[in-house]
Amino acid sequence: MKLMDVDLWEEIFDSLSRNKARSFLTAFGIFWGVFMLLLLMGGGKGVQSMLGQNLGGFASNAGFMIANTTSKPHKGLARDRAWTIDLDDVAAVSNCVPEVEVCTPSIRRWGATATADNRAIGVQVSGERADYIAVEDPKIRIGRGLNAIDDAQARKVCVVGSRIVTELFPDLGPDGDPCGRFIKVDGVAYCIVGVSGKGENGLTIGGSATTIVHLPYSTMQHTYNRGKEVDILCLTAKSQVPMSAVQTKVESLLKRRHLIHPDDTQAVIKVNTEAVFSMIDSLFVGVSILVWMIGLGTLIAGAIGVSNIMIVTVKERTTEIGIRRAIGATPRNILVMIMAESLVLTLVAGMSGITFAAGLLHAVERGAGEEGFQISFSLAVGAALLLSLLGLIAGLAPALRAMNIKPVEAMRED
Amino acid sequence: MTCVKEVIKDADMIRLTNIHKTYQGAQPLHVLKGIDLEIKEGEFVAIMGASGSGKSTLLNVLGILDDYDEGEYTLAGTLIKNLSETRAADYRNRMIGFIFQSFNLIPFKNAVENVALPLFYQGVGRRKRNALALEYLEKVGLKDWAHHYPGELSGGQRQRVAIARALITHPKIILADEPTGALDSKTTVEVLDLLKDLHRQGMTIVVVTHELDVGMQADRIIHIIDGQVVLGTTEGQECEQQA
Repeated sequence: MKLMDVDLWEEIFDSLSRNKARSFLTAFGIFWGVFMLLLLMGGGKGVQSMLGQNLGGFASNAGFMIANTTSKPHKGLARDRAWTIDLDDVAAVSNCVPEVEVCTPSIRRWGATATADNRAIGVQVSGERADYIAVEDPKIRIGRGLNAIDDAQARKVCVVGSRIVTELFPDLGPDGDPCGRFIKVDGVAYCIVGVSGKGENGLTIGGSATTIVHLPYSTMQHTYNRGKEVDILCLTAKSQVPMSAVQTKVESLLKRRHLIHPDDTQAVIKVNTEAVFSMIDSLFVGVSILVWMIGLGTLIAGAIGVSNIMIVTVKERTTEIGIRRAIGATPRNILVMIMAESLVLTLVAGMSGITFAAGLLHAVERGAGEEGFQISFSLAVGAALLLSLLGLIAGLAPALRAMNIKPVEAMRED
Repeated sequence: MTCVKEVIKDADMIRLTNIHKTYQGAQPLHVLKGIDLEIKEGEFVAIMGASGSGKSTLLNVLGILDDYDEGEYTLAGTLIKNLSETRAADYRNRMIGFIFQSFNLIPFKNAVENVALPLFYQGVGRRKRNALALEYLEKVGLKDWAHHYPGELSGGQRQRVAIARALITHPKIILADEPTGALDSKTTVEVLDLLKDLHRQGMTIVVVTHELDVGMQADRIIHIIDGQVVLGTTEGQECEQQA
């Protein structure tokens, strides 16, 4: 018996369409399983990539050190002493901790107001050197980023977040180019040279990335009279070196330089993206384990349903199979027939599940305007292969049962 | 009985020697207790017996539907013993044409497809076997009903479709199990006439029945009582002719 014989297909179709409601309900189990599995996988992947975009811009091995009041007396100094990181610390860290790739200072001002043409918006001001880009990429959308010359000459230039542009210059439209225009922050005018492309939900230090005014470090230092003070000491580690290890070294260096008790756990605040990234990673590992459990569970339940129904069908068809055996069907013929039926049922249902899931994910992508939800082609192929396997396994029990039907059954009177 | 003895052994279509069959179970049932039987090529034989006599079991053995425990069964010179399922299926397909009491057509296949089914299991191409099936349907006078489903045919028509299905593989013997059991008297006559026609064309036919009317149409009646062939029950036209 040839597998591609039209008759085999005709028989499969015949026997499946003889009991349409039952075939449909059986198929629905498989359909739903595949649909859920792929939809959840696609959804999880999409959310992950959206989160990834929000984290985007930050180096995955970035670390930040912030000064805080001390909690222990040390060398004659009382507790609760305020101290600040300064530019000498930046130089010292660069020189003394070899695992540090980039060490750059950042100063901040919260609650400032930017104005232009009688419009105003609350902003955060951040002063940063050109090498800050190694820590956080502003993802310049229009214009250019801040460079070393801006810093050296203390130019009054700025890179602004996208909301600042839309709020202060509504005449430009959403994608207009504000470069060359001036905004006033705390009474000082700065020329816009670039617009950051970071989104509303982006991970930032202090406030939304869309309302940050980035100034050259020296400009901000002079304008706000900050002297050598540094609000945030920003670090990136050399590759393969964990940021937490680097931060421990930097912390003890800072403590030595500022006469802080070595066991003081409060005086230096350490934040690193490593922890954030690994937390999100493990979150998604958990999510995907859940997705696989739910999806595969549903799918296996569907396959068991197919197997069950096929066993019932085989029982109902005992006489028919007996007749076939009596007029010359070999056990193998019967086996192939039942297996093929199960396979076709599973594949048709599963393929529609794949198609529906892909369609829905496509709609989600269009609706949300975000990429990354759609399942990959190889995943779809993998799902189809898994379905074939499930179909064969599901068909095995009923097919073996059918195979063992004796031709004598044809003689039995019903 | 005399005429049977005159038959040359090698010309026997069916030869059973001391066939025993026991159904195993909590209470083993010894159904066939040493059946000896010879049927010549071209003979029309009726096997008769009360229910429980073992005639159905004998038919199953003859039709290679069931195995036997002891003895020897030779069909057209081929020893039928301890066959694999696949081999048995092949022999059934090529050597035996079955006619059943309840017709046993496949309800979701039309007449042509039902008739062509044995050829499907021989691997004959679709077009060729459907053409052949149509030819055989014509022989049983059902050409115009070729594309009807069994549910749309009368009992007699269904049995004629079944006969066409039995004939399409050119079997050595036709085995009929109560072929008229589900038919009224008029269609019974039609079906019996068809069987007699086949007999005239040289086909070996074995009919299992409990209806004496049907048995009387045969050349010879073999009575089975309590799992054994009862001697001295031979009758029918052929013996008279030869005598």
